[in-house]
Amino acid sequence: MIFFFYLFAALAVIGGLGVVVYKNPVTSAFSLIVSFLGLAALFIQLDAYLVGILQILVYAGAIMVLFIFIIMLLDIDREENKRFSGENIFGGALVGIGFLALVTVVLLKSGVGFEQALPELTELGGKGNSDVHHIGRLLFSKYWFPIQMVGVLLLVATVGVVVLSRKQLK
Amino acid sequence: MDSALTLQHFLYVSGALFAIGLAGVLIRRNIIVIFMCLEMMLSAANLSLVAFSRYGAESGLPDYDAQVMLFFIITVAAAEVAVGLAIIVALFRTKETTDVTQIDEMKF
Repeated sequence: MIFFFYLFAALAVIGGLGVVVYKNPVTSAFSLIVSFLGLAALFIQLDAYLVGILQILVYAGAIMVLFIFIIMLLDIDREENKRFSGENIFGGALVGIGFLALVTVVLLKSGVGFEQALPELTELGGKGNSDVHHIGRLLFSKYWFPIQMVGVLLLVATVGVVVLSRKQLK
Repeated sequence: MDSALTLQHFLYVSGALFAIGLAGVLIRRNIIVIFMCLEMMLSAANLSLVAFSRYGAESGLPDYDAQVMLFFIITVAAAEVAVGLAIIVALFRTKETTDVTQIDEMKF
């Protein structure tokens, strides 16, 4: 169990590093897909099956295809070496490492109980008791209004994309 | 290897991914790669949300309110990516570049 955690956590983190390190945007995009697959596996390990599948379908499937499509449409070349100046890398790495140090300090010193084992899920599983059932029931009862609003948001986004990407009429 | 999985494990991975994304936003100069790093930071935040949902399990079930919230976050992220990439295409059409150092009209 914990072996698979380390495997997929390494996959997610190494994929994430690849996004930043590789100069070719297409390679970066494929690294991000690897990272998202590792992340989806971590979701599934947290017993969030629906969310894990959504991560693969929506992120690795739809969103990354859109990214790669746009990269190839715009025909972007590799970034030149000179564009990665030393101070840039230093500053970025400093902020990243600083943030990671902050997270580590908070997790070690907080005393909230982050180091306790995850509780057992005794009720989950069986017919009519999957997480899809629970989430679906919540979506169409307690969260009926937000889901309507999300529908409106998607409509607005679709119209907005059409307006943004058409050629300007002179 | 005998220790059980804890909330801490997932929060470290989430923090590491967020830090990598943050560093990427600062280091990279290609606006599309910056956008990808932003998506990575969003997913890292999602991971800690799911981890807390699993950790806050009551009476043998995870906190499903968090997972419903994640459903909404993923939907909004999809809409955001569509609009953001449309803006990038419009920007490329007028500027002929995706290099953020070339786009500095609003720089103070």
